[in-house]
Amino acid sequence: MPVHEAAAWRLSDSVALRPERFGALAYDFHTRKLSFLKTPTLVDVVRRLGESTTVGDALSGAGVDERERAAYLQALGTLADGGLIEERSP
Amino acid sequence: MTLAPTVSTGSTTKGRLVDQFERGLDAPICLTWELTYACNLACVHCLSSSGRRDPDELTTAECKALIDEFERMQVFYVNIGGGEPTVRPDFWELLDYAVAHHVGVKFSTNGFRITPERAARLAATDYVDVQVSLDGATAEVNDVVRGEGTYDAALRAMANLRDAGMKDFKMSVVCTRHNIGQLDEFKAIADHYGAQLRLTRLRPSGRGADVWEDLHPLPEQQRALYDWLMAHGDQVLTGDSFFHLAAYGEPLPGLNLCGAGRVVCLVDPVGDVYACPFAIHDRFLAGNVRDLGGFDTVWKHAPLFQELRSPQTGGACTSCSAYDACRGGCMAAKFFTGLPLDGPDPECVKGNAADALAGDRTRPGGSRDHSHNGTVRNAPVPVTLLRRRPSAMCDENPLA
Repeated sequence: MPVHEAAAWRLSDSVALRPERFGALAYDFHTRKLSFLKTPTLVDVVRRLGESTTVGDALSGAGVDERERAAYLQALGTLADGGLIEERSP
Repeated sequence: MTLAPTVSTGSTTKGRLVDQFERGLDAPICLTWELTYACNLACVHCLSSSGRRDPDELTTAECKALIDEFERMQVFYVNIGGGEPTVRPDFWELLDYAVAHHVGVKFSTNGFRITPERAARLAATDYVDVQVSLDGATAEVNDVVRGEGTYDAALRAMANLRDAGMKDFKMSVVCTRHNIGQLDEFKAIADHYGAQLRLTRLRPSGRGADVWEDLHPLPEQQRALYDWLMAHGDQVLTGDSFFHLAAYGEPLPGLNLCGAGRVVCLVDPVGDVYACPFAIHDRFLAGNVRDLGGFDTVWKHAPLFQELRSPQTGGACTSCSAYDACRGGCMAAKFFTGLPLDGPDPECVKGNAADALAGDRTRPGGSRDHSHNGTVRNAPVPVTLLRRRPSAMCDENPLA
């Protein structure tokens, strides 16, 4: 599922993040799926999604520069596919 | 545990995730909690040598305090087992308490107590998963291991769960010499009840040590199992049980590493913390949840766990081409068969354990045994007991 910079997203209600050295574990209590966020920056982005107006703001807030944006949007797309993040109204 | 794909951003990934896991996590991702040693059955391969309740088992209040600690540590869910956990009078109360405190529960049961009423209640509770044990796709194969009537009880429990609308509960099978040929039948039974099939490895732990030689899959059966898992891997759970089979070639789905003390641990009914569910022995005892600092301190600082998280030497296995795939196999399987921990797994698919198994070895025996010591209704009658030839002629004269 594509995640666009101008859209608004958030961590799904049923998902909890647990910080770890490498990034974080994400657990979905509904699907009982465990996922791994492999970098602290990605964890920071995901945590910011809910309070940021747009995905782009969350990326900027976490210090993701222009060259890395595509990679992060792709990673967010993978999280969206797994239902770990959900789109919300802006 | 269901593992979803890992999410990285390519350029910033630091090493493989498995390497991170080998150094340990801040809290386990797969925590087994045996709630009681009491059991209404006497399965021949019981990992925890269960049967009788231990008088020192954690009280209801202590169990709740432990759940509070799991919540603080963000242990997302626990695998509750035993013994038969539903035998504990406060089992359902503890289940509700865990769920209310954001600790999901998957519990293992022989099914005897999963009535239609209980099944309805379970189906209505989020965050609860049930795992029904079945070790034969026919009563003939199952009941020899688990006891008379246990096949019917397991199927009845699964029917109750299905009829109550419970989705994707688990049907868990310990793979033995006698049921490897039934894998397709197991899958059909699970499908029939809307359950997910889970296959696990027979370990020589607990009473399993006494039957392992007779029940563990033969080499050609291991190969058949591997091929079956490669063909059906995405529909079957294994709890990462069979990573020793990765030496055949392709890794199986899962982490493919020994998680003992790194991502996995076991809390037993008296609060002892062991490195993994297959290692209830003083050698793998890290501490007790009643110790100062509780479970959190044991998990983070126990010297045993520090040792398990430090770089391991492959010993005799290092020179093997498959070492990167199987990592020397299962620590508990080696220990309880009397093999060196830094050598090959007793079921090494390259056959590298054959000499050691044939040679002199001392099995360590169990350090805890809660087996029933009287007659048990339903008790299994192993048919393999007299299969070995007697070592001497029988005495014809009773006075000789």
